[in-house]
Amino acid sequence: MSSLWPELERVLGEVQKPARYIGCEDGMIVPTHRPDKAAWLLIYPDTYEVGLPNQGLQILYEIINERPDAVAERAYAPWTDMADVLRSNGLPLFSLDSHRPASDFDILAFNLSSELVYTNLLECLDLAGVPLHADERTSDDALVIIGGHCAYNPEPLADFVDAAVLGDGEEVVSEITEVVRDWKASGRGSRHDVLRELSRLDGVYLPSMYDAEYDGDTLVAVTPRMDGVPAVVEKRTIADLADWPYPKNQLVPLTEVVHDRLNVEVFRGCTRGCRFCQAGMITRPVRERPAEQVRTMVADGLRRTGYDEVALTSLSTADFSGIEEVVAAAVSDDACGQVSVSLPSLRVDAFTVGIAAEIQRARRTGLTFAPEAGTWRMRQVINKLINEEDLYGAVESAFSQGWRRVKLYFLTGLPTETDEDTLAILELARRCIEVGRKYHSSPTVTVSLGGFVPKPFTPFQWFGQNTEVELRRKIGLLRDEIRNGGRTYNGVKLKWHDARASVVEGLFSRGDRRLGPVIEDVWRNGGVFQEWSEHFDIALWEDAMVRQGLSLDSYVYRHRTEHEVLPWDHLSAGLHRDFLWQDWRDALDELGLEDCRWIPCYDCGACTGYGIEHVVASATPPAGGSQGTGQGTDHRNGADTAVPVTLTARPRVTVGTGS
Amino acid sequence: MRLRIRFAKLGKVRFTSHRDVARIWERALRKAALPVAYSEGFSPRPKLSFGLALSTGFESHAEYLDIQLKEQDGGEAAPWDRTTADDMARRLDEALPVGIDVLAVAPTDRGGDSLQQAVVSCTWAIDIDDLDTEQAAEQVARLLAAEQIVVERERKGRIVCEDIRHQVLALDVSEATETGVRLLADLGTQPRALRPEELLAAMDPSLEARSVCRMHQWMLQEDARVEPLTVDAVPAPLAEVRA
Ligand code: SF4
Repeated sequence: MSSLWPELERVLGEVQKPARYIGCEDGMIVPTHRPDKAAWLLIYPDTYEVGLPNQGLQILYEIINERPDAVAERAYAPWTDMADVLRSNGLPLFSLDSHRPASDFDILAFNLSSELVYTNLLECLDLAGVPLHADERTSDDALVIIGGHCAYNPEPLADFVDAAVLGDGEEVVSEITEVVRDWKASGRGSRHDVLRELSRLDGVYLPSMYDAEYDGDTLVAVTPRMDGVPAVVEKRTIADLADWPYPKNQLVPLTEVVHDRLNVEVFRGCTRGCRFCQAGMITRPVRERPAEQVRTMVADGLRRTGYDEVALTSLSTADFSGIEEVVAAAVSDDACGQVSVSLPSLRVDAFTVGIAAEIQRARRTGLTFAPEAGTWRMRQVINKLINEEDLYGAVESAFSQGWRRVKLYFLTGLPTETDEDTLAILELARRCIEVGRKYHSSPTVTVSLGGFVPKPFTPFQWFGQNTEVELRRKIGLLRDEIRNGGRTYNGVKLKWHDARASVVEGLFSRGDRRLGPVIEDVWRNGGVFQEWSEHFDIALWEDAMVRQGLSLDSYVYRHRTEHEVLPWDHLSAGLHRDFLWQDWRDALDELGLEDCRWIPCYDCGACTGYGIEHVVASATPPAGGSQGTGQGTDHRNGADTAVPVTLTARPRVTVGTGS
Repeated sequence: MRLRIRFAKLGKVRFTSHRDVARIWERALRKAALPVAYSEGFSPRPKLSFGLALSTGFESHAEYLDIQLKEQDGGEAAPWDRTTADDMARRLDEALPVGIDVLAVAPTDRGGDSLQQAVVSCTWAIDIDDLDTEQAAEQVARLLAAEQIVVERERKGRIVCEDIRHQVLALDVSEATETGVRLLADLGTQPRALRPEELLAAMDPSLEARSVCRMHQWMLQEDARVEPLTVDAVPAPLAEVRA
């Protein structure tokens, strides 16, 4: 079908920010569709501003378009005003690259990075004209595939998606392309056949080929329905990032987006081993990009895009071997003019701030650190091994080099957390202010507080999330302390994440197939863009749960037991279940675990299971800072000071109302 | 040296905002490696000044931008000729998105009024659907015959009544289009620009523009009206230079 642009052009005057829908980015590809090519529509189910910079999507966009037998275009969730305009004009979801209707594509592939966008996925399917339920689709309908971190527990979406892809997408998109291309060439025979072919690919999970069995309310097994379908689907991991220098032509949008700068991924994976961090656990092992390739990608990227800022991205960029040389090369490349380099994830130590000071040529407004917890005890539980000296050193370094604002990220609702741990957050902030006063008259420290949500494939996957009431109580504790503290906390600002949103994230993070109707119910009642506070509505979710006869208590707040079947047990991120369980026990014993990048392997499974290993240029830990390198780790068994977590059922909690 | 650039904004890119266009130019100037002068301080900005803002969604054949270039060593500016101009226009065109097209480049006097202050009127091509030339001509005549055209306009958050008749400097039915009619209007910009949609509302509140294109901006030079920068061959309105 031809372009919808003439129709779209007539209605774009009616919506806010029409530039969201025009495409035209530098780096955009307008591919030629042909019947012998598999056509992918890559969809980020959030706004253009949030979705455009997504590197994962851009990488696949290029890899697919480089193939002679495939095309890829992009779409983002239309904002509510645009969705209304599309519906009232009888227009479908469309691609931005050539403004084709979604029905021109064979595959609708969604990148899911938050549970709160699940209803947007339904909204996009509906606007695309694809039946919501996978079992209602025919061979004329597109295949619906999901990827991204949320695909590691796709069970709540089992009703709606045809396939979930686990892990790195670089290789598997080509394998999927070949299956779909051949299916098209053979005249798009039975849908079951093409799905069956997809199920033979490593890393591709077809929910419809598995049965979930329950004993009363308890999930007892998820098992293949037929022979030849794997009992456990393993994730995909690319062995060497050097083979994948993508995106080669990062998209440069015409309108403002988040992270509006050149982004170069310097490594993937992280083995610091923070126990709350799903991203770290599921992306093991560490795979560094060769420093030379980083330099080329930075220099070429700046010249091509005209950006004056480059971010070196990873889960902890200061850990990159030879980080100093790489950033020095980036800032001194004269051809690129005045360039500022940013490290989106600073490690908490003075050494890292020193690098930041050298490279952040732009105004020094604020620096962000993530100590995550207020006491050393708590940080041992979560394995974020930052000494107070590291933090004060980092903060001192920042304030002394011109920064006036420091932002500190913390989690609350962590396993074994006591009020003492929570309140210690403010003590840290207060002492950071004290440090700052040595250099500025009114330094500020912003404490940003998130509610902890346990995620699959982490040692905390067995932990019962704090209730909404409890999270709010903890936030209240800090607010009261600041309010009653008089001048003690001058300069400390507190921000917090909506505890109700954490409840919904927690519900789907560890949910199972019975939650499909809940997502559909919320969507049917208008609940889209739930990750946006102006649209988020907890009542929609609570009402839907009641209508489905399901309880938040059992899904969100309940501790799981050692041998309980978890909804994602038939999927694998490479991590052995017994490794995770041992790490959970170690957490409760307040035992830190060193980074396996620089010491012998613990056999967590992420390398050993797939015959791969770390790709790290330097055999020694980075200079400066004790964080996670084992220096200063307290190896004594801390049982005498441990706060017990009851792993059996807790007293019932009341949720939601009356707080 | 100070350079003045005239550029078009046509097709899909017309849905970008004035701010977006400024950012697009900043990147394009870096890509084209033009020696733009930067402000001093902790966060240096390139020294650019844009003319009158164009509403998001409108097209234009007459957008302007002044750029301050770095002083050359010794203070001598490189000689300026046709080749320099063409070469610069080509480099910038390559760095700019489809639809933002450089029409002319030339050195301009340092000092003097800013573009915003100097421009006194703009010529607009306004396409309206479902209106034939006769109906349009009647409406135009009626509007031009009026001594006063009082409309409600918002000023600093308050609704005020203003006579806009003196800001309608010229109004003509230009031609029939496939789906309606094209008007050409010269509208005053001082002290505050009369917008094409305000003109339409004054003619008939039910009229809606299908597309609006700025064709010219005018300034006064010894009582003659001149463009800040002329293009050798003035393009046809709404030329098919679409993204
Ligand atoms: S398999 Fe060993 S080396 Fe690889 S991530 Fe796990 S513990 Fe580390």
